[in-house]
Order: sequence, then structure tokens, then C-alpha cells
Amino acid sequence: MLKQLRPALVMIVALTAITGLAYPLAMTGIAGALFPHQANGSLIVENGTVVGSELIGQNFTTERYFHGRPSVTLGPDPADPSKTTTVPYNAVNSMGSNAGPGNAALIERVKADVEKLKAENPSQPVPIDLVTSTGSGLDPHISPDAALFQVPRVAKARGVAEDQIRTLVQEHTDGRLLGVLGEPMVNVLALNRALDAAAR
Amino acid sequence: MTLNGWIQILIFCGIIVLLVKPLGGYMTRVYNGERTFLSLLLAPFERLLYRAAGTGEREEQHWTTYVGAMLAFNVLGFLILYLLQRLQAGLPFNPAGMAAVPQELSFNTAVSFVTNTNWQNYGGESTMSYLVQMAGLTVQNFVSAATGMALAVALIRGFARASAKTVGNFWVDLTRSTLYVLLPICIVLALVYVFLGVPQTLGAYVDATTLEGGKQTIAVGPAASQLAIKMLGTNGGGFFNANSAHPFENPDALANLIQMVSIFAIGAAFTNVFGRMIGDQKQGWAIFAAMGVLFLAGVFFTYWAEASGNPLMHALGLEGGNMEGKEVRFGIALSALFAVVTTAASCGAVNAMHDSFTALGGMIPLINMELGEVIIGGVGAGLYGILLFVIIAIFVSGLMVGRTPEYLGKKIEAKEVKMAMLAILCLPLAMLGFTAIAVVMPSSVASIANQGPHGFSEILYAYTSATANNGSAFGGLTGNTPWYNLTLGIAMLMGRFLVIVPALAIAGSLAAKKTVPASAGTFPTNGGLFVGLLVGVILIVGGLTFLPALALGPIAEHLAILSGQTF
Repeated sequence: MLKQLRPALVMIVALTAITGLAYPLAMTGIAGALFPHQANGSLIVENGTVVGSELIGQNFTTERYFHGRPSVTLGPDPADPSKTTTVPYNAVNSMGSNAGPGNAALIERVKADVEKLKAENPSQPVPIDLVTSTGSGLDPHISPDAALFQVPRVAKARGVAEDQIRTLVQEHTDGRLLGVLGEPMVNVLALNRALDAAAR
Repeated sequence: MTLNGWIQILIFCGIIVLLVKPLGGYMTRVYNGERTFLSLLLAPFERLLYRAAGTGEREEQHWTTYVGAMLAFNVLGFLILYLLQRLQAGLPFNPAGMAAVPQELSFNTAVSFVTNTNWQNYGGESTMSYLVQMAGLTVQNFVSAATGMALAVALIRGFARASAKTVGNFWVDLTRSTLYVLLPICIVLALVYVFLGVPQTLGAYVDATTLEGGKQTIAVGPAASQLAIKMLGTNGGGFFNANSAHPFENPDALANLIQMVSIFAIGAAFTNVFGRMIGDQKQGWAIFAAMGVLFLAGVFFTYWAEASGNPLMHALGLEGGNMEGKEVRFGIALSALFAVVTTAASCGAVNAMHDSFTALGGMIPLINMELGEVIIGGVGAGLYGILLFVIIAIFVSGLMVGRTPEYLGKKIEAKEVKMAMLAILCLPLAMLGFTAIAVVMPSSVASIANQGPHGFSEILYAYTSATANNGSAFGGLTGNTPWYNLTLGIAMLMGRFLVIVPALAIAGSLAAKKTVPASAGTFPTNGGLFVGLLVGVILIVGGLTFLPALALGPIAEHLAILSGQTF
């Protein structure tokens, strides 16, 4: 093995230079030149300030906006930064709940959410993606059913006709890629920005 | 299960089948040292590299020298990666100001990436500087994959050669795997990923003001370049903590399809490299078919389990499959398919949280790994893994008819069978042995996130994944403790090197043998009977050992949930 020290050293240095520095740096340079928007995180900039990323979900809690899926990402507690607590849609600490299918806390949490949503809109069945937490904690999408489910609440909070909101949801529903790949879905941030734009 | 779901699954399978021959042909030319379209560019550089290393294209190595070279390279790679993490605070490319990684975690991570496991006891965006991600982790993503590929080629040469003393040159195989196969494909894929939305920047994290006026800091980084090799090299270590469930690391269904295809591409093509190098492509297709049978069975079962959903949620009036821990853009079908692909192939990247799968849906990934990662498997590792099972299958069939077993004209004798069994037995030893210890120690049981049988599954999954060099996790388990960092590290080393060394010993022993011409009594190993025998041996020899453990974990959990019990 000792005789192999020289080739080992030469190889690791050379391959580190190629695959660890030249490759990622060249990719950064080329990607930045060809696709600067995506390379920097598909950021949405409005009047000079970043309002989010097209690909990253945001935490929505007020009734005027469509809500995303439950997110259980952790972050520093705003009240006491030495502690960690659940900070939904924390985009520096992506994670899922990792709750197993028989986890009592999970089932309790889902039960409470279902009851809350049923009270909000008794006319439709509660869509399952609206009460189950996202794998990354940053899911930017909900299913079309989950968006339509929230239409009555959003319409009431904004004092707008439900049909108007429903049309907006349909406009922001993305079908499957080439009609086959993936699932139909609605980008919550894009939809909510469209709501604000329509109100202006 | 939906028709659309199955169409998506079939599209994936179709692409893989179409890739096997062209990619296998290209890789065969590369390993035989023939000219390819990249030779003009790379050959001069390659020669320079060999001269600096004091070796040469035509310098052949005995199998023991080959092992020595491989070990020297891996030990050195481990040391460098360990030091990079310990010293990252004072090194460049650290805009987020990450502190030094603690000792045990650095050990675990270094072992993890050198062994092609990529088990992650850390969150990428909250622990590692850009320098460690690039010059440390990305490098090992390349070279640990290349190491596996080199070893597979060496074993194939053992079958292909007759009365030979040598099995090739590790440095040449390593270099060619990296420069001719992995790097060019990654360059193309990285740019495609960026186009689809994966970030590739050295800039700092971005502060955003949300629509509701809150603050959101968004982690970015040179993710696309690492993502490309993470999938292609079946490494699986995510740039971000949520891995390929993170919208930046897997923005849409097309990126998802490309990622799944890159996990399988090289491993599947290796069956064709095998066929070509031994001069009978049908032999390669027979192995591919055995892998395919096991794969499709796993996909069907997992998709069925996830689409059936969670009875405890149905009791609350909810309809549909299990969406906990999944992403809307992938839904049930693509999450189930991804889970089977990533565990069949020793990749370990995830696009949904396996910990939140239904009891039975999460059991298939576990079984895939317990079988020793031979369903396509890790790049290279899958081929030498399944060839070990081939040796056992041939031996068993020889016993049944009372003939000396032969495979491809080589007599399979006591030495080969012993070495193959040694490699196959070390897997349950590490997987079940460590699990048994961990579940009786209160300090290690404290790490589980779910009570009841699911907690047992979390621990079993951790050691299974580590030993199989997969790297996916039932992520609720808090693995970043001294105990888990150390024992999972040992499990990864056992699962890698206690398989590699016997496999190379077999290569050396086979290469030295004469080839016996086929006769009327030779068992044909390119037909359906052999495929069936191989699948049976994999399930019985590789799988049956784990049935009691599975009964305590996922099966017990499934029955409890059916009766309405929560934990």
C-alpha cells in the first residue's frame, strides 16, 4: 500500500482540482451567464426588494391569502433565539415531519386541522394535501382541489365574488408536463401575488 | 393507483432499457482503452496524469496490488475530507460563516462520502461551507463512484480473462471512469438542472420580504453541479437537507425524471459492459432481467401501499393516498417510484420522506437495501454485488444436479463460493448486529422520533442503509450523536470494504483459471430458467434472514394501524 502513496496523492490532488474546483466553478460561471435567473434561485424582485422565490413556498396565515401545506421546518424562536421552535417555511432548514403513519401526534394534528377546515368550508371534502405536511417543508404547490377549497374564505375576506377568485385559481393551475409528467398543481405564491395584483 | 401513474412508471422503464446498449457500448470502449469522441481532448491529459502518478496505461496489477491502490486512495480521500470539515471556518468560500464541523460528525461524513453512502447526519445548508460542498463532498461523489466502477470492471476482467495474473490497473480505471464517463455527463446535466431551476451560485443566502411582511432567508449555493453527480454516481447526498424533495434540488417532474434516469443509467449499462467484455451480451441481459423482475415487483408493491393510503387518516374523512412527507408536484406515483429507484440503486437521494411512508410502503425500500443493493445497485457496486449472488446461484444449481458448477467457462470452486458468502454474510451481520445492540441501549433508543414498531424500523433502517451504502434514512432518527456517528460509520466501512475485497479476490482467482469449453451438460446462464434461479437465490439467501426483523417493524406496525392503534 505504501508504494501506492505517490499515485494516490497525485490522483486525489488532480481529481480534486478537476471535479471539486474546476467543474463547479465552471458550471457556476456558465450557468450564471446562460441562466442567471435560475442560477440565483429564481428570485421574484418587486420594486427592488426580493419578495421570495418562484420555487420556494411561503408561510401564509391571514384569511386574505391562499394557504400552503403544513410545514414543520425548525428555526430559532423569535421570542428567545437560544431555543428552536417550528418556523414554517424556513428556507435555510428544509425538513419534513418524519412522522410515521401511526404517529399519535400526527393523527391528532391532522384531526384538528380537518375540523378547522370543515368549519371553514363544509360544502367540500377536505383535500388531503392541505392537512399533510410537505416533505421539504417548502412545497410551493397545493393541488387544484386544495386551492378551490379555500376560494370561499379568500373571497369573503377580500369582499370579492367567489367566481372571480375561482377563475384566478383556474388560470394559475399548471397541468401535467406534456400532459403526462407530474401532477396538476397550483403555485400558492404566484396565485397570491395575482390576487394582490387584481386588487390593485 | 392511476393509469397516469403507471404511464409515468413505464416511461421511466422504457428510457432505462433504451440506454443500456449505447451507454454500455461506450463504457466498454472506454475501459478497453479504445478511442472515443472524447479521446482527442482527454488522452494527452490522461497520459500526463499517469506519468505524474508513476504508472502507465499498460501497467497491469495483480488483484492484491489493485486492492492496495484502491485502499490507499480511499484512506487519503477520507483524511482530506475529514480535515476540510474540521478547518472550514478558516478556509475560503464560506459566506454563511459555518463553524468547524465536530469530530464525530466529521468522521461519519467523511466515511459516508468515501464509501459512496452519503448518509447525512448534518443539514447541508446549515452545516457545510461551499468549499466543503465542492472540494470535499463533490469530489468524493465523483471518485467514490469511480472506485465502484473500477472494481466492477476488475471483476468483469476476472471472468473475461483466462490464465491471467492481473485484473487491470486501478489508477487507469479510476481516471477513465471519472473523466470519460462521469464528468462529461455531469457537465451536460448540471446545465440542464440550472435551466430547470436548480441554483448554481457562490452568492450568499438571500433575504426576502414575504407577501405578509415576514422575513424569509432563502438558502442557495452551487447546488446543480453537486446534484448532477449525486444522482449519476448513485451517491445521494443532498446539497440541501431535504435532498431531492427540496424545490431547489428537484424543481419539477422533468427534473425528477432526469434524476431517476441518472440514478439507474450507469448501473444498468454495466450489465451490458459485462456482456460485451465476456463476449456474450445475452449474459448481461439475463442479469438485467433478474434485476428488472425484482425492481418491478418493488415498484408495484410500494405504489399500491402508498396509493392505498393511511387508514387512520381515512377514518378522519380524508380521501386518497398517503401525502404526509410528500410534495404535490410529484404526488403518490412519482414519490413511490423514486423511493424504489433510490433504494434499489444504492443512491439514497429522496424526493419524499421515507419515514412518513405507510408501513408497507416503507418496507420495500428497506428490503431493497437488505438484498445488498443488487437491483441495478450502486454504480459498479450493483454489478459486483449481483455477480456474488450469481456465484451462489450457480453453486446451488450445481449441487442440485451433482456437477462441478461452471459460469462462463470458469469452474466455480470452494474459494469463490467462500468469498461470495463472506461478502454476502457481512451485510446481515452489520445491519442486524448493530440494530440489536442499539435497541437495547436506552441512550440510542432515545434518538427515535416515533414510538412503537416504527421506532424500531427507524433504527433498523439506519443500519441497513449505512451497511448497504445507500444513505437514505427514516429521517426522524437523531443520528447526530456520538454513538450513531461512530457505529453507522463502522457499518458503512464494513458494507463497503468487506464486499469489495472478497469480490476482488474472486476476480484474481477467476482470472487465473483456464476456460473450459461449454458442453451439453453446461447450465445455460442466459435464459429464463437462470433468471428465475437467480431471483430465487437473491430472495432466499439475501432476503429471508431479515424476515424476523421485518415482522417486528413494518409488519407489526401495519397490523397495529389496521386495528386503529396509534403510538
